[in-house]
Amino acid sequence: MKRLVVTGLVCAMSAAAVGADDDSGLGKQVEQVLRHSFTTATPAEWKTRLDQDEVQALCSLHHNSPPAAVSERIAKLSSATMRYPEDGKLSGDWKKGEKLASLGTGGHIGKIQPDRPGVRRGGNCYACHVLAPDEIDAGNIGPSLAGYGRRFANSPATARIVYEKIWNAQAFLPCTQMPRFGANGWLTPQEVADTVAFLLDPESPVNR
Amino acid sequence: MKRRSSDAIAVPIRGGIVATICAGILLGGAVSALGEDVDPLNGIQKYRDMLKDDNPAELSEMSGEALWTTPRGPRQATLEACDLGLGPGVIEGAYARLPRWFPDVARVQDIESRLVTCMTTLQGMTAEQATKDWTNPGSDLENLVTYVAGKSLGVPIDVPALHPREAELAAIGEVLFFRRAGPLDFACATCHSQDGRRIRLQDLPNFLDPESARGSMTTWPAYRVSQSAVWTMERRLIDCIRQMRQPEPEFGSELLIALQVWLQKQANGGAMAAPGMKR
Repeated sequence: MKRLVVTGLVCAMSAAAVGADDDSGLGKQVEQVLRHSFTTATPAEWKTRLDQDEVQALCSLHHNSPPAAVSERIAKLSSATMRYPEDGKLSGDWKKGEKLASLGTGGHIGKIQPDRPGVRRGGNCYACHVLAPDEIDAGNIGPSLAGYGRRFANSPATARIVYEKIWNAQAFLPCTQMPRFGANGWLTPQEVADTVAFLLDPESPVNR
Repeated sequence: MKRRSSDAIAVPIRGGIVATICAGILLGGAVSALGEDVDPLNGIQKYRDMLKDDNPAELSEMSGEALWTTPRGPRQATLEACDLGLGPGVIEGAYARLPRWFPDVARVQDIESRLVTCMTTLQGMTAEQATKDWTNPGSDLENLVTYVAGKSLGVPIDVPALHPREAELAAIGEVLFFRRAGPLDFACATCHSQDGRRIRLQDLPNFLDPESARGSMTTWPAYRVSQSAVWTMERRLIDCIRQMRQPEPEFGSELLIALQVWLQKQANGGAMAAPGMKR
């Protein structure tokens, strides 16, 4: 029995290690390079920062253009990750969301330039999106969201879709570049709701 | 003087006087230029124009030359017999052909790791001594890399990756380029696989496009105004990985070599224009 459990564990581990690149041993070579290169990473860092989950592995394998069946699988896995604030309010405080949208700190590790301890994690939306039209220091990896709230009826249904997109955009666009902010535990449900408000509230600078 | 138009911010300097540049003044100027400008991209162009004349990386090249020709280490030897792949002592054009397979160590090395091999075998240093504080501005390795890269000015990048291990690393490098991981799901490809993209106002090269890859790979090492320091390609990659919220790869590790082999392969044919100058 014990042997069975151990064998099962080893199989699961090697399946995770090989990741998505199965043929030609390339996946194994990549894994070996990773093991030789991040020699000081802790087991916790491997688990949360280097090892891939199924969605990451599939998107990597397909260079972010998954075939239809894989796309469906990713959307299904991603839809299953949705969690909501306990009070059920999917649109929170736009002023808090505004701060999160420009905050690019959090999660940097290493010896050379880690974050200061206790620094807050931001959403850094402006890195990739135009939001408030008068903020010119905005990236373009994602679409412009200027005036986003004016495009839709300001309804609970709209808030729900926007909340879910921020929580896990891969439920809608498998292998999108956008991080799965909620599903990955980067932002809390309340922070996602505040970001929703920043996008949808008529008073938010996004919509003025 | 050669200039590449594909990467407007990269400015190779030859024969100019190195002015005493205060990065703070330049950045302050850029901010006011941005503030007055309606079109942010036009503002950025003004900022770049202000940076065009003198490149502090030239100081790094001069220091690197001194390090190359001065007897150092326990053996009090210079690096002038160092074989960067084109024979002992040949620096001209060597950077443009790296990383490559070196039979004496039986592995593929980039410029940093090759320099460390020369510092240990010729000068008798330990690897620890050779790499000490290498990420600090003005480190010996940074200066040596800048000096060697400058000696490839105008030489086309030529990394065909024909040796079996080079070819393997190129294939591994491509997989790594697309490999998403970490709490933000990032891969190199997240930011570097489409044309005309920016993070905030920072232009991003698209390494799937050879011309864009050349614009980037030909202009590192570069003086980075925002860091007041010259960064090598290894340093650049390590910081990208930090921004991806992954752990730091080791100096000279295979991951960094594999990525560089693939990136250089993408940029083959681009005429070297380093040291560059960037944000």
